[in-house]
Amino acid sequence: MVELNIRQPAGPEEFPDPSEIPPLAHGAMADSKPYPASAEHQKAIGFPGELVDDWKERAIDKLGELVSKSRGLRVYLDTCVKCGACTDKCHYFLGTADPNNMPVARQDLLRKVYRRYFTFAGKYFPWLVGAADLTEEVLDEWFSYFHQCSQCRRCSVYCPYGIDTAEISMAAREIMDTVGKGQKYCNEIIGKVHKYGNNLGLQEKAHRATLADLEEDIEDETGVAVRLPLDEKGADILLVTPSADFFAEPHIDGLIGYAKVFHHVGASWTISSYASEAANFGLFIGSQENMRELALRIRKAAEDLGVNRIVFGECGHAWRAAYNFLDTLAGPFDFLDQRYPIPQHICEYTYDLIQKGALNLDKARNDHIRLTFHDSCNIARASRMGDWEGGQFDIPRAILRASCNHFYDMPADTIREATFCCGGGGGLLTDELMDLRKKGAQPRMRALQQVAGEHGVTHMAAICAICKTQFAKVMPEFGFEMDAIVSVHQMVSNAIILDGQIEDDEDGPTMTASGNGADGGEE
Amino acid sequence: MAYQMNGSTVEHDEEGYITDLGAWNKELADLIAADENIEMTDEHWEVVNFLREYYEEYQIAPAVRVLIKAIKKTMGKDKGNNKYLYTLFPYGPAKQACKIAGLPKPTGCV
Repeated sequence: MVELNIRQPAGPEEFPDPSEIPPLAHGAMADSKPYPASAEHQKAIGFPGELVDDWKERAIDKLGELVSKSRGLRVYLDTCVKCGACTDKCHYFLGTADPNNMPVARQDLLRKVYRRYFTFAGKYFPWLVGAADLTEEVLDEWFSYFHQCSQCRRCSVYCPYGIDTAEISMAAREIMDTVGKGQKYCNEIIGKVHKYGNNLGLQEKAHRATLADLEEDIEDETGVAVRLPLDEKGADILLVTPSADFFAEPHIDGLIGYAKVFHHVGASWTISSYASEAANFGLFIGSQENMRELALRIRKAAEDLGVNRIVFGECGHAWRAAYNFLDTLAGPFDFLDQRYPIPQHICEYTYDLIQKGALNLDKARNDHIRLTFHDSCNIARASRMGDWEGGQFDIPRAILRASCNHFYDMPADTIREATFCCGGGGGLLTDELMDLRKKGAQPRMRALQQVAGEHGVTHMAAICAICKTQFAKVMPEFGFEMDAIVSVHQMVSNAIILDGQIEDDEDGPTMTASGNGADGGEE
Repeated sequence: MAYQMNGSTVEHDEEGYITDLGAWNKELADLIAADENIEMTDEHWEVVNFLREYYEEYQIAPAVRVLIKAIKKTMGKDKGNNKYLYTLFPYGPAKQACKIAGLPKPTGCV
């Protein structure tokens, strides 16, 4: 007997509310902390190898330096009126019930020290204003709870003053790095980018072999020789994408999608082995020096290869860093073609082509998928795509709607600017924090369960390497297959019909001529 | 932090990845696997051996897709897929198999 595996539509009462406020569990996550960075990892990126003897003085000095350099940070630390609007907005609070994961409480971990040493009231009447000395216990609290913030900025959307907990977390991590208390995951990775050009430690020979392998796969599947060029001087476009796109699933399917899009319109493009990473973990640890070094690699690659344009692949905080800071850190990019956004997002690129009718997309090829879209936090709340407000929400959805017939959004208070983080962002995508990651994913997963129940949604697309890895890992905990997370350009890759593509249908292979190929162009 | 084996010790990091790649041998792989609650079968060895060969040539673990393709060639279509690799290595073919193979942990957004 054949068993049909169809989700039965269910009443709304069956779905737990993604934003349900849990009963408080004080100290529930006090023991959650990442592995500390080794002396070797610390020194490689310019920080002391271990906790320095005069850590307290240095930490206070650093905090002073940060608030004097960043007016934003000072305002965030000064302004909070304890209105409580943020308290139930953090996915880690909703998932862990630990009140220290309420954004205001997290901010207060730094704010109480700021008050003690940098405000009149805190210096003389600390007990009146919640000011506290910087002690070893406080430092340990920082290490724990500032590594339970994915810097997703959801809380700041609801704060009437726009206080950005992400900035406060970044500052706290920078102070900790400065005194020799770094986090292994981020700092090891930043060191690898300095050394190899990417987070993975992928070297040119392996990079080239991987791309050649993918070219072979695409040709096997489609009969079309789609290229994934590496270090090709004189190419028009430099693609900078997260190195996870060269390694992990479903990331690599997204990379194949970019390649097919470029191929279809006859674009001249290349990947760089020198700047083979879009991600910029310098952002997560608040280190401008490291951010700049990573950004300069991209500039150098663009100059050396003589490209006219820079396009970024699907990576959340990479786009945040690039959209906001690439020019500040490594500009001016006056040697690039000024008619295009500098940098441009691959979604903007593909969207433009879809608008012009330059891609031949057969939505029915994705009919086995009922899809929703997860807005990645750094793209949703810290950047934009296109030239209109909300373009970063509209453009990926427009690409998906052009690539499949069945698209359904999750509940309105969990998407767009209100999107829940995947639970693994901001430098927390590391195995020792798995408990936190699963708990932090709960709001997003509940929203997905709802849309799965109501509309039979089977898959969720994302445009961030961290989101993709995180979901592949935690989805099975919530009743989904690990491959229920897909890349946006994986959907494009499924749907696109290339010129000369071999159709392997019931009647045997046939050739396709779409008439929308290289001559269509994107101009 | 070290694995104890026949009276000798092999250092590993917080997560159980050995720090001196040269210290690896098959007995150690069995020991690491046992720590991970994995009993090594021929299929496990097929994956581990491929990872080690690939690493020797490229100084990095292969992309999951490349691994799957290689396994498909040697073990057939039924086994050359991500799901099967996860039944062999429940914590993921990349990280868990690398640990057993004595290779560094793949880092980044993976």
